Formats: sequence, C-alpha cells, structure tokens
Amino acid sequence: MESLEIYNRAKEKFGDRILEIVDKKPDPWMVVDPAALVEVCEYFKADAETAFDCLSNESGVDYKDRIEVVYHLFSYQHRHQIVLKVKLPREDPQVPTLENVWKSANWMEREIYDLLGVNFTGHSDMRRLLMPEDWIGHPLRKDFVEPQEYHGISTVRESPIIRLKP
Amino acid sequence: MTTLRTEEMTLNMGPQHPSTHGVLRFIVRADGEVMREAIPDVGYLHRSIEKIAEKVGYHGFMPYTDRVDYVCAMFTNQGWGMASEKLGHIEVPKRGEYCRVIAAEFNRLASHLLSVGTMAMDIGAITPFTHALREREMINDLIEELCGARLTFNYMRIGGVAFDLPPGWREKALAYLDHLEPILAEYDMLISFNKIYIERLANVGIITPEEAIDYNLVGPNLRACGIKWDIRKDIPYSVYPDFEFDVPVGNGQWGKLGDSMDRYMVRIHEMVQSVKILRQALKQIPAGPVLAKVPRNFKPPAGECQVRVESARGDMGWYAVSDGTGYPWRVHVRTGSFAAMGIVQKMSRGLMIADLVTIIASLDVIAPEIDR
Amino acid sequence: MSLLNTLPDYVITTKTDEIINWMRKSSIWYMLFGLACCAIELMHTGGPRADIDRFGASPRASARQSDLMIVAGTLTLKMALRTRLLYDQMPDPKYVIAMGSCASCGGLFQLAYSVCDGVDKILPVDVYVPGCPPRPEALTEGLLKLQDKIMTERWLSKGPSNGNLPTPTFQA
Repeated sequence: MESLEIYNRAKEKFGDRILEIVDKKPDPWMVVDPAALVEVCEYFKADAETAFDCLSNESGVDYKDRIEVVYHLFSYQHRHQIVLKVKLPREDPQVPTLENVWKSANWMEREIYDLLGVNFTGHSDMRRLLMPEDWIGHPLRKDFVEPQEYHGISTVRESPIIRLKP
Repeated sequence: MTTLRTEEMTLNMGPQHPSTHGVLRFIVRADGEVMREAIPDVGYLHRSIEKIAEKVGYHGFMPYTDRVDYVCAMFTNQGWGMASEKLGHIEVPKRGEYCRVIAAEFNRLASHLLSVGTMAMDIGAITPFTHALREREMINDLIEELCGARLTFNYMRIGGVAFDLPPGWREKALAYLDHLEPILAEYDMLISFNKIYIERLANVGIITPEEAIDYNLVGPNLRACGIKWDIRKDIPYSVYPDFEFDVPVGNGQWGKLGDSMDRYMVRIHEMVQSVKILRQALKQIPAGPVLAKVPRNFKPPAGECQVRVESARGDMGWYAVSDGTGYPWRVHVRTGSFAAMGIVQKMSRGLMIADLVTIIASLDVIAPEIDR
Repeated sequence: MSLLNTLPDYVITTKTDEIINWMRKSSIWYMLFGLACCAIELMHTGGPRADIDRFGASPRASARQSDLMIVAGTLTLKMALRTRLLYDQMPDPKYVIAMGSCASCGGLFQLAYSVCDGVDKILPVDVYVPGCPPRPEALTEGLLKLQDKIMTERWLSKGPSNGNLPTPTFQA
C-alpha cells in the first residue's frame, strides 16, 4: 500500500489526534500527537492490512524552535514503510516510550536521550548509552558548548604554530 | 551440616580484550560459569561522526563515512552517496553504478573473510585466521590498485565513483575469483565440519524469527533465522536487478534454526554468491563516464530522505535532513550491529561465559557501528 | 697485550648495556590494544604477509605480560581513563607506540566533542607512526625505530630508564 493511503486510513480512525499529513517528495510523513503515539503504533502493528512489525529507525532532530522524533516503520509481510513524527518543545521534551510495542526501541531511545535530552516516559532503563555517565549536557543539540576539560584532560586544541615560537 | 551458599559474582569483561570486535565492555553477573546476565556497556568509540557532518558539508563527509564501519567501508560510502543523490536528484551514470557494485561486492568478500577468520580465532582455532588474512591481503591489493587505499577507501563520490577501473584490472580480478572459489570449499572442509566447532556453535544463542523482527535484526543475522529478506532483491537499488544471484537462508541442519552455526553458514554461502555477482558484473560492465556532474558547493533543496543499503552486516538506514545550505542539518545512521547489541542481554541469560564470546562473534558486531 | 686475543671462540665480550638492550629489543611483546580502524592494520601486521613475529614481537592479551602498548585507533575521553589504568598495570620497562594519526594528534576527529586529541595527553609516547591507517610496512618501520631507540638506553649509568619523557598526570 502507498504511504498516503495508510495515513488517510489512520486519519479516519483517530481523527484529530493525527495533527498533520505532509505530502512531500520523496517520503511523505505524518505528525502525531505525543499522547496518542502508543495507541497509533499499536494499531499499526496489530491491523492485518498494515502489519508494521518492525521499527526500522528512530532518530531525533533538533530544529531551532522544537525537537522532533522521527520513526520509520516497516512491514516485512507487505513490504511497505511509513514515517511518523512527533514535535516536542525544546525545554523538557517528553514522549511515551515505544519499548512495549517494538523491543528495538529500547536502545534507540536511550541514544536519543543521551544525545538530545528527550525523556521517554515509561522506559525501563533510561540512562546514558554512548557518553560517559558523568557527562554534562546533550551533545547533539545545536546550542551545545564543549567543556574545556574532562577529568583533567584538556579538550582545547592549540594551534601547532604556538609550538614554533621561540 | 552447613548449607552451601553460592553468591553471584560480578565480572568485568573490560573494554580491552583479545577479541577483535573492538572496544566493548560487558558487566557479567555469573553464578560460577553460568551467566545470569551480561549487560553491555558501549560508547568507548563514540567519535561524534553525526555531529561532524553538520560542520564539514556533503562532499567533506565522505571520508568520515568510512570510519562508521571500517571493515566494509564501501557500503557506507555508497549509502551516503545514495542519500545525497536522493536529496539532490542526481543520477549516477551506468558505468559508475557498475563500479560501485564491483567495489562493494569485493568488500563484502573481504568483510566476511575477516568475520569468519576472527570467529574461528575467538573459538580458539588460530590457524583459519591466517588463512583468511592471506586471501584478504590479495583483495586489499586489488582494491589498492583501484583506489589507492587498503582500509578506509573514500572511493565513492556524490554522483558516482572517483576513479575508473585501471587497465588490466578486470583480468586480475577474474584471475583472483578463479583462485578464491576452491579455497572457499577448502574452508568448509577445514572448519565447518570440525566436531569441536560444531559443538561450540550449534544450539548456542538461538533467536526465533519473531524475536529477530521485533529486535530489528538485519542482514545475515536475520537470514539465519529463516527469513528470506535481502535489500538487494526486495527494495532493489543501483544495478542489482541486472544480476542473477541467490539469497542464502539458514535451515537449522546442525542444531535448531537460528543458532550460531546458521549465522556462520549463511556468511560462507553469501561469499559464494558474491563471487557469482562479481563475475557477472565484470562481464557486463558498459563503457561511459563514471561520475556525474555535481557542483563543488553542492546545495540540495530542503527536505529529508531515508536510504537503505545492504551492507555486509545488514541493512544500514541512512536518514539525512537538508535545510537548503551546503551543510546537512542532521545525519543519522542506523546500523546492523546496533540492533544486534540490543538482543545480547536477553540472549545471554543461562549461557556460559565462553558462549558469550561465541554469540558476539557470530552476530558479527563491530564497535564503531554501535558507537559511531 | 690485549685480553681479547687469548680468549677461545665461545666467549664473547660486550658491554652490559648492549647485551641487555639487545635482549630487550629482540623480544618486545606487545599488548593487543586495538581501538579502531588501525586495529585491523595491526592484525594485518601480525598476519601472514608483513609478519612482525620475525622480529620477536608477539601479541599478548594481558597488560601484565607485555612490554609494548601499540595504541591503535582513536582515543575517546571515555576510554582515556581506562587506557591510563592499563598503562599503569604494565611492568617496567615499558614503551608506547602511537599508531595512526588519531592516536598521535586526534586525526580527522579533532572536530569531535568526545575525542582526546592524541594519546600523549595521558601517556609518554616513544614513537609516532603517521598514517590513516598506516600500512603494515609503516608500522614495522616504527617498531624498528623503537628497537634502535632501545639500543641507546643506559642501565647501569646515570639516567632514568625511559629517557627524559615526563609522564603526564591527571586525576582519574
């Protein structure tokens, strides 16, 4: 099935909890209300016509005025894929976890928490994945400032010209 | 009479270890030799490649994609090239696509050789590793003649490839393929049917097909569970529809379906299929240019796209967001090893500590793909 | 009258420094400390074609049994603390080769927020081998230069054992 057809079926079922359907080439996407996200995903997984049994990719994007979490769902039975998005405010972004729907969301959400600071409510193990445990800040945000040192190792890169001075 | 008290040990399989899959750390809670759980701790090779993409631009990001998975770097190059081309609506000339496929399939052979060799070394057999490296060195020589580098190639560009095939290269490549085919059969005789190897691998780390899809396993890990899914056949890209090849699937003949022996056998058979594709590609390659005309300050229109490439470790999903300037706004790679690490904690319950090494080796994880 | 001409063939005369250094340089056992892409080239260097086992260098898994630490690959800040711990666990005399441009100066990851620019911020380095990744022949040359450096060490006379390289300190 085409993505737009799937989006229209979801819009009929969920009404105005689907906020927007954007038809942009090459991949059209659908924006969902964060509170209704788990319900929409469970419908997509259980329905026989759509049968999305795999969460193929989940990433967070920091636009200057909001943070978006983008989900790519894929179906091995029908070989189609769709794109869902949720839009969150920049200070204290919260969205319910999809860990109970697809288990692959576990590590992907930990990574988004680590790098962007999005809090996934209901996650079983919300801690940092890639950065050290005592790191301060969320590096992939656009306003992240690098710390000058970490445990005594300085991260300042001096220009090699300095070493040539007499 | 005193009662026996067995306490649980917490061991650390630290970031430095003699296994060759990179810096991974496991916190193992074990009751003697049998593990309760092995909790993975990653991030020791997090080099912030995704943030660097926002600083160096589209063309400048190509060498960084090599470092995302350095054992099979041609696929990452191809993934980024395809994502940029989809954003910028650029078409790659036919000869360029054939060069990409030839380079990529040679790299798949090299990656699987290393994976099989290091798997045997992790089990304890040191000799197959030197045999695998001997063949891999010859592939390195061929690719060095093609693009100048042995490991991190930076061979592909947005719009095609950087260099054409040198004169005389086709004959050398075909001679190498003739040399390799009997050696693959020799590996089967040496390692695969060895009784100790089968005892270590069969029935260890069984993954059911439903679990595999739920945890988003891809590539040979998924095919070993019996699911016939390959991006080159099912969502075809580049010129793969022109070739005839088979997709090997695990069948559980040595133990149950989805165990480590299946994952190993799928890789051996994939190597045979790669040789088949290479022979067809080297015969059918057309003449023409290899690189499309792409401006130096490449500014694709604003938008986003997702591209999937079948790499040696599974399908990589490249998600790129562009804002209309010459620097990408966000690049995200979802790799096969990242998903495979998610299932290790669950698979490790009840196994022995020596089996943990086996499942890491059979899932073919590599640290930079997890950490990027 | 020289003593040398009266000795039989099976007696050799040499300086203590030279014989000790010759024994040390001919069997440098290196720790497998491959972090990133250079680790693959390190494996190829120990492999069948460019074989450093013919120079006496054999790979060891444990820090307590090795003399040489070849830091092959990018050093992240998270890994730097563990690297220092492993260096402290190696027994004296110990040497460090920084293999590749990431270990020498940060390489192409100098723009990153989580990378330590060069392993010489935490360890004293003896030989730097440039390359991205360096060829096995280049690493072999680095090992031979280290052997030349070992031959110049002085054990019984004055001087510290690892040359005059200061050991950087930081709190872990």
